[in-house]
Amino acid sequence: MEFDWLEEQPKFLMLGYGLLAFVVVVGGLLLLLDVVPSWFARRREAQLVTAAASGAPLPRRPKQREGLFALFFLLPTLLLLTIGLVAPAIRTTLLSFMDSGSDEWVGLRNYGWMFSEDSIVRVLINTLTWVLLVPLVATSFGLLYAVMVDKARFEAIAKSLIFLPMAISFVGASIIWKFVYAFRGDGQEQIGLLNQIVVSLGGEPKQWLLDSPLNTFLLIVIMVWIQAGFAMVVLSAAIKAIPADIVEAARLDGVSPWQMFWQITMPSIRPALIVVVVTLSIATLKVFDIVRTATNGNYDTSVIANEMYNQAFRYGENGQGSALAVFLFILVIPIVIYQIRNLRQQREG
Amino acid sequence: MAFARSRQALAIAGVLGLALGATACGTGNDKKSSNAGSAECAAYEKYGDNDGKKVSIYSSIRDIEADRLAQSWKQFEDCTGIEIDHEGSGEFEAQLGVRVDGGNAPDLAFIPQPGLLKRFVDSGKLKPAGAQTKAEAEANYSPDWLKYSTVNGQFYGAPLGSNVKSFVWYSPKTFKEKGWSVPTTWDELVKLSDTIAASGTKPWCAGIESGEATGWPATDWIEDVMLRTAGPEVYDQWTTHGIPFNDPKVAEAVDKAGTILKNDKYVNGGFGGVKSVATTSFQEAGVPITTGKCALHRQASFYANQWPQGTKVAEDGDVFAFYFPAIDPAKGKPVLGGGEFVAAFADRPEVQAVQTYLASGEYANSRAKIGDWVSANKKLDIANVPNPVDKLSVGILQDPKTVFRFDGSDLMPAAVGAGTFWKGMTEWVNGKDTKTVLDGIEGSWK
Repeated sequence: MEFDWLEEQPKFLMLGYGLLAFVVVVGGLLLLLDVVPSWFARRREAQLVTAAASGAPLPRRPKQREGLFALFFLLPTLLLLTIGLVAPAIRTTLLSFMDSGSDEWVGLRNYGWMFSEDSIVRVLINTLTWVLLVPLVATSFGLLYAVMVDKARFEAIAKSLIFLPMAISFVGASIIWKFVYAFRGDGQEQIGLLNQIVVSLGGEPKQWLLDSPLNTFLLIVIMVWIQAGFAMVVLSAAIKAIPADIVEAARLDGVSPWQMFWQITMPSIRPALIVVVVTLSIATLKVFDIVRTATNGNYDTSVIANEMYNQAFRYGENGQGSALAVFLFILVIPIVIYQIRNLRQQREG
Repeated sequence: MAFARSRQALAIAGVLGLALGATACGTGNDKKSSNAGSAECAAYEKYGDNDGKKVSIYSSIRDIEADRLAQSWKQFEDCTGIEIDHEGSGEFEAQLGVRVDGGNAPDLAFIPQPGLLKRFVDSGKLKPAGAQTKAEAEANYSPDWLKYSTVNGQFYGAPLGSNVKSFVWYSPKTFKEKGWSVPTTWDELVKLSDTIAASGTKPWCAGIESGEATGWPATDWIEDVMLRTAGPEVYDQWTTHGIPFNDPKVAEAVDKAGTILKNDKYVNGGFGGVKSVATTSFQEAGVPITTGKCALHRQASFYANQWPQGTKVAEDGDVFAFYFPAIDPAKGKPVLGGGEFVAAFADRPEVQAVQTYLASGEYANSRAKIGDWVSANKKLDIANVPNPVDKLSVGILQDPKTVFRFDGSDLMPAAVGAGTFWKGMTEWVNGKDTKTVLDGIEGSWK
C-alpha cells in the first residue's frame, strides 16, 4: 500500500491542530505567569515610589491579597479536577451499584459477580501476577544495569539502548513483540523470532500466545522491556547523586563491591527506588494497551482495565464495568497513600 | 530578561497559530447548490422540500467503502439539496453508545447488530421509522428481514447492505484439475473432504482471530450448522434464549461443526493443527486455497475482498464460492447472513427522507452498480450487480425457497453475542470440551 499524503491530510491537519493547541495553552500559561506577577510587582514599585516621594509611611502589603492570589492560581486546577476527576469518580461509584442500563439499584451484586464469575476471577489473578512481577523485574533489571554501566566506557550509548524502548508506545511495542511470538505451521518458514530460534535448535514451533499461563508471562515481558529503561534512568541518576565522600570513605575502609552495593548504594538510592516501584506498580495496574493489542484478552490473558472496557463499552454492562473500575481505583489508593507518607517522612527527616 | 522575552515570543507564535487554524477551519465550506427541477431529479420529488438541510450518519463503514457510499447517494443529495454527512468509525459499536449517552447522537446509524438496535430502543433513544419508510421497507424486504428491526411491534428501520454467510470458498481451477465436483448435500461435502484428506492435503482451512472480535468466524460456523441440524424455529428459540444455550440441540450442532473444525485430518490446511485455527486471522485463513494447501473455506460473501491481488474471483476463475449445503434438503434452503439496519435517533423530515430513500429500490440499484455490495432488497436488479460472488449472493437472497436467518451472535445480548459466545468458541477450538463451553456461555446469559 502506498502512502498518500493528500489522502491522509485530515490526520496531519488534526496533528497540526493538536500541536497548535498545545503551544497556545502552554504558551498562554507561561505568558500569564510572566505578565501577571510582573504587573503586580510594577504596581507595587510605583506605590512605593509615590509613597517615598510624598514622605507618607510605606504601604503595607495587604495580607488577604496573597490568599486571592493563591485562589487565582488554584481555581483552574480545582475546577478541572472537579469536572474531570471528582465528578466522574463519584458517578462511576454510583453506577457500580446499579444494573447494566443504570436504571435500578442492585446493591453489591456487581461486586459479588466480580468475585464469583470464573472468567473474572481469572482476570483478577492475571492482574495480580502483572502487579507483582512487572515492578519487581523491571526495577531489578534497571538497577542491575544502572550499577553495571555506571562509569563504564560507552556509558551513554549503553544507557540509550535500554532507554530507547521507552520512546515506543505500548501499542507499537506490543505489535513488535507480536511478531517476535508469531507462529507459522511446522515445515513453513517462520516469521517469528522466537519460533525461528526454537526451530533452528531442532524444536517444534509453538503458538506462544495461546497457552495460559505462559502467555501472561510473555505479555509481562513486553511491559518489562518498555519500563526497564525508565527504572534504569532514574536509578542511575540517583547513583550518580551519592556524595563522593561517602563512597570514598567506604573505599578507604576497604569494602567489597558486594558490601558497597548493599550498604552504601542501596540505602542512598532508597527514595528513588521507592518512586520507581510505586510508579511502575500504578502503571501496571492500569495496563490495557499491551493486552488489547497482543491478545485482546483472549486465551485467559485479560486484565482488569481490559475487562472494564469490554463490560462497559462493548457489552453495555455499565454496572459491572463500573464495579471493575472502582475496584481498580481501590487497588491504587494504598500505593498512593504509601507514596505520600514516604514523601512526608523524607521532608521531615 | 532574554528568557522572559523568548517566552513571550512563544506565546505570540501560539496565538498567531490559533488564528491561522481558525481561518483554515473556515474554508472548505462550499455550499452545494441543488439542481432540483432537472429531468433526472423528477424521481426525487417525493422526498419533499428539504433544501439545505443536513443529515448526519454514523456507521462502521470506512475508506473505499465509505467513498462508494458517498457516491451512491450523490444524486439524491444533488436533487433534494439534503447534505448527508457520513462518518465511519472502526470503533463503531463501542462509540455509538458513548455518543448517544453523551447527547451527541447521529441522526442515522447503520447498525449491524439487531441486539444493539434493541438496546437503544429499550433505553428510549431510537425513534420509530416514519410511515413512508415503513411502507417502502415492507414493499422491498421480506418479513424474515424486517422482524429483526421490529421491537415490541414498532418498526425502527429498513435493512441496507447484506451479506450471505452460508458459503464455502473453493478453487474451481483445482477442482477441475483433480476432478472434484461441487457438493450439493452435506454427505457429499463430507465425502469430498475425505477424498481430499486421503490425497494428502488437509481439505479445510479456517481462522478465527480477528482482533477484539476474535471467535466470530467460529460462531458463524456453529450458527450455520445449527440452522441445518435443528431448523429455523429452534434457531429462533436459541437466539432469543427460548431454549438454554447448553440445550442438547445446541450441543449436537456444536459437535457436528466439530467433526470438521476440530478434526485433525481436516484442518488446518496451510497453517498447522486444529489449535492454529484460534490464532490464524480470518483475513488470511482462506488464502492457502490459492496455493493448493487447502481446498475448502467456509466464510461469508465479503471474503471476496480478502484474496491476494490478482486472484480472479469467478465461477471459472481462481476462487469462487458454493452454497454451504443443507443437511436435510426437504426443510428448504437455510441461509445465514448479516446486514445493517438504518436506525434513526432523530425524526426531522429530512432525516426521514434519507431513511426512506435508503430503503428504496432506486438506492439499492444505485449502490449496487458501484460494486462490491449485496442487498436483500427485492427491487435490486441482479443485472446491476457487477461481480460474480455478489450475483450469487443476491440470487440466493432473492430465491423464494431461501429461509433466511440473521447471524445469531448479533441477535443475542452483546455480553453473550459479542462476549462469551466469541470467547467460548475460541476456547472450544483451543481444546475445551463442548459441554464446559456451553455451560459457561449459558451461565453468562442473564
